[in-house]
Amino acid sequence: MECLWKLENVSKKYDVKKGDEVLALNSVSFEILKGETFGVIGESGSGKTTLGKVMIGLIEPTEGKIYFRDTSLTDLRGKKLLNLRKEFQIVFQDPYRSLNPKMRVKDTVMEGIRDNTGMKEKREKVKELLGMVGIEPARMYDYPHQFSGGERQRIAIARALSTSPSFIVCDEPTSNLDLSVQAKILNLFLELKERLNLTYLFISHNIKVVDFIADRVAVMYKGRIVEYGEKVDIIKNPLHPYTSVLILSAFLRKADINEKEKSAGKGCAFYPLCIYAKTLCSEHIPQLKEIDKGHFVACFKRT
Amino acid sequence: MRVFIRRLKDKNRLSFVSLWILVFLYCLALLADFIVPYPYDLQHREYALCPPVLPHIFHNGRISRPFVYGIEIVNPAFKEYRQDTGKIYPLKFFVKGSERKILGIIKTDRYLFGTGNGKVFLFGTDNHGRDVFSRVLYGARISLSIGVIGVAISFILGLFIGGISGYFGGKVDAFLMRLVEIIMMFPFFYLMLALRAIFPANLSSVQVYLLIVVILSLIGWASLARIIRGMVLSIKEEEYVMAARALGLSSFRIITRHILPNTFSYTITALTLSIPDYILGESALSLLGLGIQEPYPSWGNMLSVAVGNLRVLTGAPWMLIPGFFIFLTVITFNFLGDGLRDVMDPKNW
Repeated sequence: MECLWKLENVSKKYDVKKGDEVLALNSVSFEILKGETFGVIGESGSGKTTLGKVMIGLIEPTEGKIYFRDTSLTDLRGKKLLNLRKEFQIVFQDPYRSLNPKMRVKDTVMEGIRDNTGMKEKREKVKELLGMVGIEPARMYDYPHQFSGGERQRIAIARALSTSPSFIVCDEPTSNLDLSVQAKILNLFLELKERLNLTYLFISHNIKVVDFIADRVAVMYKGRIVEYGEKVDIIKNPLHPYTSVLILSAFLRKADINEKEKSAGKGCAFYPLCIYAKTLCSEHIPQLKEIDKGHFVACFKRT
Repeated sequence: MRVFIRRLKDKNRLSFVSLWILVFLYCLALLADFIVPYPYDLQHREYALCPPVLPHIFHNGRISRPFVYGIEIVNPAFKEYRQDTGKIYPLKFFVKGSERKILGIIKTDRYLFGTGNGKVFLFGTDNHGRDVFSRVLYGARISLSIGVIGVAISFILGLFIGGISGYFGGKVDAFLMRLVEIIMMFPFFYLMLALRAIFPANLSSVQVYLLIVVILSLIGWASLARIIRGMVLSIKEEEYVMAARALGLSSFRIITRHILPNTFSYTITALTLSIPDYILGESALSLLGLGIQEPYPSWGNMLSVAVGNLRVLTGAPWMLIPGFFIFLTVITFNFLGDGLRDVMDPKNW
């Protein structure tokens, strides 16, 4: 498959105080193929947002080379860079901060449309884009505060699509939304990808979201990529200890209190949270058994 | 616009009323040529410092059409006057007189009101026997326009320079902010005097007027630019500005469409709140004799004559009426500013 992005040893340094510096990105290298969804996971402060912003040119990298379709972005300046920018867009995390509160939705979406067409054609395009993301085109004269969080995120997506990009950075686009809305927005992303041949860099701290949407996954920790590869490999067979911890914590089952109480006394106490739980565990209490010499465990998985 | 005014009415009644008071004042100023009974420089020598002569509608206990009594001079040396109830001059509307031009465009030989042979001094006369009412209306032209024009100039400068300074940062920011500090370092009043002193003293009224506007705006932009810069610094980190940059919009467009509009809830208020500074600034210059020169009236120089004359304060308080108009304008602009801030924010609709 065609390689869309190539990053070579990209670093971003921030001076905190005199002489004191923070490496938000520490020689990050990877490639993104055309048409894939590249997931990036990591805890807050791991540099995943910085990575997204560096790629689309909102932040200048301190070191390293970034290639988009074999064009070096780090060497581009001025008009050529502005023109290339149409090719990649970003959808931010917080839909309450990413829309200009003083602008009508119509104007927000229209700004990215820069074909040399008249007002009428532009307005038609806005309607089309809004329809594509599931916003009633008749509401285009409303202001952002008149929309719900999910609707705002849809508008932000419409804005990102307005330049007809081939690549979109999704910077935790669902983490500020309700659970039910999250699923809808994720489905919208998948649908748009099919329809418009998009490539995504999907940033998230939620491994379940990445598991749902990504094809390949990179795991970041303190500015470095510690592991990356096919999603299935990463999630089924994490090799880096940090990845294991991340996956384990995410897949620990969250049970409601009712279930906890029901299971108490009946089965294994850890059953509601356990990722290896089976029906056996909810019915019987595992007894402590010696596995190695002097090493006891009470779990059916081991015995 | 109509929606805008309706919102103002619903949100903030006080500022809605203020808006209409201001509209009324501006209409008076615009139509001064038609409304006033006397030209601003017409001297009624024998009636200097005459108290207000107001129209009556009751005569001998009976309602009649509006009229004024004649003025009897009791003691010309001490400027004592008395109503002469024996002489009655009916107040006529749309009276014919010598030809004037409204705003220098429309010719008219009829005025709103007059009394023929009698005298009608609604606000009394000044020490040269000039009608204070007529002069207040003509003076309003200077005082009301100087604020709006001055504010317009200094706001364009302040928004522009503050916006550039905050958005680009770095050396541009450092240079512009030092410039602002230099201007702000001087006490307002002395800077105004110094600037006025640079220019020649014998200028025509129009030139002086323009000069005052320029001087006041050149001083006024600095503090605004600094506040705008601070707001821009925080707004440019907002995600919608990031998104606009990602769209590949020019810096100019980002500043004018995304950043500055989001400072408006502050700037609109600051704008209306600083109009009074210009009115008072003109008054201060005129008070010191450096502003609009006699015989052309402004509220400032009318007040200056009044304050400069001790007898006025005790014996002819009506000469302080321009001060009341300054007060009224200042306070209505303040209320209007409050209301506009509420209305400018889409969230409040």
